[in-house]
Amino acid sequence: MVDVTNVSKAYKEVKVVDDVSVHIKKGTITSFIGANGAGKSTLLSMVSRLIPKDEGSVLLDGEEITSYDNKELAKRLSVLKQSNNIKVRITVRELVSFGRFPYSQGKLKKEDEKLINEAIEYMQLEDFEDRFLDELSGGQKQRAYIAMVIAQDTDYILLDEPLNNLDMKHSKQIMKALRRMVDDLGKTVVIVIHDINFASCYSNHIVALKDGKCVYEGHPEEMITNNVLREVYDMEFNVCNIDGNRICVFFT
Amino acid sequence: MKWWITGFLLIFFSILSLFTGVSDLSITDFFSLSDEQQEVLFVSRIPRLVSLLIAGMSMSIAGLIMQQLSQNKFVSPTTAGTMDSARLGILVGMLLFPSASMMEKMLLAFLFALAGTFVFMKILDKIRYRDAVFIPLVGLMFGNIIGSVTTFLAYRFDLVQSIGTWLHGDFSMLIEGRYELLYLSLPVVILAYIFAHHFTIAGMGEDFASNLGLSYQKVLYLGLGLVALITASVVLTAGMLPFLGLIVPNIVTIYQGDHLRSSIWQTAVLGALFVLVCDILGRVIIYPYEISIGLTVGVLGSGIFLYLLLRRRSYGL
Repeated sequence: MVDVTNVSKAYKEVKVVDDVSVHIKKGTITSFIGANGAGKSTLLSMVSRLIPKDEGSVLLDGEEITSYDNKELAKRLSVLKQSNNIKVRITVRELVSFGRFPYSQGKLKKEDEKLINEAIEYMQLEDFEDRFLDELSGGQKQRAYIAMVIAQDTDYILLDEPLNNLDMKHSKQIMKALRRMVDDLGKTVVIVIHDINFASCYSNHIVALKDGKCVYEGHPEEMITNNVLREVYDMEFNVCNIDGNRICVFFT
Repeated sequence: MKWWITGFLLIFFSILSLFTGVSDLSITDFFSLSDEQQEVLFVSRIPRLVSLLIAGMSMSIAGLIMQQLSQNKFVSPTTAGTMDSARLGILVGMLLFPSASMMEKMLLAFLFALAGTFVFMKILDKIRYRDAVFIPLVGLMFGNIIGSVTTFLAYRFDLVQSIGTWLHGDFSMLIEGRYELLYLSLPVVILAYIFAHHFTIAGMGEDFASNLGLSYQKVLYLGLGLVALITASVVLTAGMLPFLGLIVPNIVTIYQGDHLRSSIWQTAVLGALFVLVCDILGRVIIYPYEISIGLTVGVLGSGIFLYLLLRRRSYGL
């Protein structure tokens, strides 16, 4: 589990994340939602030690995240930022095999190759595993990055807007894959997500941020309600119950 | 390009290089060398060939590492002030420690090259307008500023002629006893291969590297250190070889991709080949005189650089 306690981050005078505490249970999907600039990505970056925090603590299985050895941490927690702008000509397979770097330091063993193949299959990338990343569509790239994280085989997986650039079909495919990883393999997934309907259908826990503060958190049933969403997003929603899922309609 | 074609061409031109020159030595004499011919071969021709190969190979790899680490295809020892800094280091060495040994000069050149490249990387961090072409322009300006300091100092202390040697690359002076410093590049090249994965991952960005448990800063320093070492040893022995580290890696990565493990040997071979061809051209064009390699590499290199610039959209550089 991950215990985030009273975490803050300020850039110059502006507090981007302000005294946030979140408890992330093992074997769940936790979604961070909120408007642009609410501090979701910054919070995710602090939880994954990519940026230092000004105050507070992040405990991963009881130990402060910044006190972990880098290599050891890379075997337990993986994090993917929005990275579609990287213009590097490497093949999908090369990218996925980077996921094994924490274990192999570049020298791939049989077992590594096996996990790489599995990850490529899991994300259905077999057809273009030898293509260069810069020749792929945004969605294919995104899937390749997620395959890398799968190959990294960590207990905790943190993803910053994994559905960015994806069409509906692939968004669903990714969310289903994440759900399977949680249910079948016992992984713990934390995502920053804009599509609240995906958050509603696939999460165990939703954390709503506004102006750097955690305003609400809870089970999707408590979170996806008119009152909560109105306060988080400053707009009106029409929440319906469809096939047992809470779906928000807000398009008109 | 298949590896065996470049490999074959490299061997072909290597042999050609051994038997090109003013002294009478042709390939048919190879099995019946006179004493004089033997001396030409072992004191001049072979050292020259070896230094051409090492310099071409290592400068290209230095460029490859720099492009990877800066995530910019147009950064190289020429366009980041590394070469100019190394040259300033040599001059400072000549001024302050006139009796310094080759190794001591090397150390100074290395330290200056490292510092210069590091300053450039810091400038890079500060630039918000990160257009791919803008950054090497800044690097060229930075290099020229350092170059003008060198020229000014050289002028003031009557060292213009001595520093001239290091302004233009020239292999004609490299005979036995004067080129061995280049061997320093070889272990550096091997290190570059060992850390190929690390450089490639660091090239994907700091966050990406941290996720995989790699210390971005350490890899960056290691890479810049290797680049400075290579540049210092090449500038000190052969002189400046402009554009080499820029065009060769770019040509290779177009068809080989950016993963250093797959591009590093191709880059090495093509770099050596390019320098070799330029050198032979320089020795043949106004035979029996010689055009310095700095000139041939510069002319050919800038031409290819221009071509790559104009074609960059289609290669996605």
